[in-house]
Amino acid sequence: MPRQQLAQFHVDYLQILDENGRVDTTLEPPLPEATLWQVHRCMTLARMLDRRMHILQQQGRLGTFPSCYGQEAAGLGCVLALRQDDWLVPCYRENSALLYRGLPLHNLLLFWMGLEEGAYWPRELRVLSIPILIGSQTLHAVGLALASQIRGANEVTMVFFGDGATSEGDFHEACNLAGVYQAPVVFVCVNNQYAISVPRSQQSRSETLAQKAIAYGFPGLVVDGNDVLACYVAAQEAVERARLGRGPTLLECLTYRLGPHTTADDPRRYRSEQERQQWEARDPLKRWRIYLEQRGLWSEQQQAELERELQAEIELAVHQAEQIAAHADPLEMFDFVYAELSPDLLAQRREAAEFLAHSETLSASSVRR
Amino acid sequence: MALRNMVQALNLALRQEMAKDERVVVFGEDVARQGGVFRVTEGLLDQFGGRRVFDTPVSEAGIIGISTGLALAGMRPVCEIQFSGFMFNALHQLGLMAARYRCRSRGLFSVPMVVRAPWGGGVRALELHNESEEAVYAQMPGLKVVIPSRPRRARALLLASIRDPDPVVFLEPKRVYRSLREEVPDDEEVFPIGEAEIIRHGRHLTLITYGALLQECLQAVEQAERDFQVSIEVIDLLTIVPLDTRTIVESVQKTGRCVVVHEAPRSCGIASEIIARINEQCLLYLHAPVARVTGYDIPYPFFAREHAYLPNVPRILDAIRRTLEF
Repeated sequence: MPRQQLAQFHVDYLQILDENGRVDTTLEPPLPEATLWQVHRCMTLARMLDRRMHILQQQGRLGTFPSCYGQEAAGLGCVLALRQDDWLVPCYRENSALLYRGLPLHNLLLFWMGLEEGAYWPRELRVLSIPILIGSQTLHAVGLALASQIRGANEVTMVFFGDGATSEGDFHEACNLAGVYQAPVVFVCVNNQYAISVPRSQQSRSETLAQKAIAYGFPGLVVDGNDVLACYVAAQEAVERARLGRGPTLLECLTYRLGPHTTADDPRRYRSEQERQQWEARDPLKRWRIYLEQRGLWSEQQQAELERELQAEIELAVHQAEQIAAHADPLEMFDFVYAELSPDLLAQRREAAEFLAHSETLSASSVRR
Repeated sequence: MALRNMVQALNLALRQEMAKDERVVVFGEDVARQGGVFRVTEGLLDQFGGRRVFDTPVSEAGIIGISTGLALAGMRPVCEIQFSGFMFNALHQLGLMAARYRCRSRGLFSVPMVVRAPWGGGVRALELHNESEEAVYAQMPGLKVVIPSRPRRARALLLASIRDPDPVVFLEPKRVYRSLREEVPDDEEVFPIGEAEIIRHGRHLTLITYGALLQECLQAVEQAERDFQVSIEVIDLLTIVPLDTRTIVESVQKTGRCVVVHEAPRSCGIASEIIARINEQCLLYLHAPVARVTGYDIPYPFFAREHAYLPNVPRILDAIRRTLEF
């Protein structure tokens, strides 16, 4: 009996807007001009915010935070395909997408200022909290999607994670469960080439990360993650599949973290300047600007106006965030552990209150001296 | 009223709450078609259908993770981990995710879910099917931990757990599943989380326990009362987190002597915490050091040796005697 081929698989790659800003008009999606500008606005805002946050961090006004520099396109392009009643489960470099969705700017600042207030945003955004434990959110996304499925609601859940997360057990379990239940979920792997210092090649021997989907029984697609149009088109297909009850999709968006992993990281220790420059040439903002310009939607003057406006927006948000931070009551750390405080926690809260009041008196008296 | 064992009592709670609240869904390994390896979820699939009662792949982190997601979306998931020892495969999802969502989002998100798991030893089961790991969850703020000891309270506490706005780890002493029957009312009955129960009143010593060992404790108490001419107060904790400190302290203030019994390892166990609270709140009422009868600080042995590991009537009796005679 000769061996037979039982199965055969393929993985596609999609790019619509290349690194020089040339668009493949046969694939170009008919996005409204207002949306094109909104994309530009959110990517620009995310990048300016990143720069501002670095300065704030150096001044000690912000904690360690992960930079989004260079990967502003992937999340935003994908999120364009969502409806307002769909769930968005972010990772921690989706600022442009979160801002597009309407997340208040001061929330992001507060979160990285080390305050839970930053994670309290309007419920109707249907955006889950920013995760810290790698890959953990993929399972929550499948749970959200199953809730939609059980209720017969026509919603989709989109979840973001990095290349490193694909090595986690949670990612495997999430994909497996989503495949088994045909859950209406879109997995978006934002492959920025590094998990801190470990390069993509050492994260997995798989030729692509998208192909992992095949093992779970659903399609995977590689996308140019610096190309908003390709991300949008790929996500729209995936969202549509999910909405029609045809199950999950895995998108692998190829991008590059141009900045450090976090402000505590020095990427010169593990990658070359030459490599970085190669990716800088593929900058998502640069090509988007060319695309807009070609369509008559961008000028130097508009850009200058936009940046002035965004700068003011950022400064206002910094002010708001610092006001909230200044009035944050440390004792509130007890108040949201459970819906109701147990007698023991109440006692611990009182203990902490007494100690804090005492140390404030002490520090006040030392100032007087 | 009908006589029911714990399996039937838990099944009744699930059945009634699922009928009442559409948001309740039940899932886990072998829970649907098979009705659970201990049959706690038997018949639910037929009654409520595959959307609300479903089997999962062998995937503990997956079970806790999707349960968290379902709860975040406003459902009331009741998931099963087939044996509580398997929860170690999912502790990150339980302790770092489910337990923290409310706190880390200042109440924007909450996780009203119940994780049920057969727990404890004494049924000659395979390795890792006998764990008493409750102290692990007690170190994960945001979780509640409930361990019923008898059918009636098991049913009433499961109802309370499903309705609780926070994640509850509900540990079921598998040794009790079918070993005793009790009157369990057909009509709905809820017992509040966070309240211990005084099973019998006494004046000379307080005996504190939970789970399957309540039976051994009651036997030991009967014998001790005869042998030593004393009356002993027995407290069944029922909830491990939050611990009902007040009931413990009031009892010890009255009796001045206390023995704590559990099958989990001794060091840093729940007994350690109870003794610490007694020290903090009523040390000067004590006539004797608080004794503990527990499992030893060793991995739970293979079942041929478990009789030597588990606290039993003679060991409990000995601790009572020593504490009375001190």
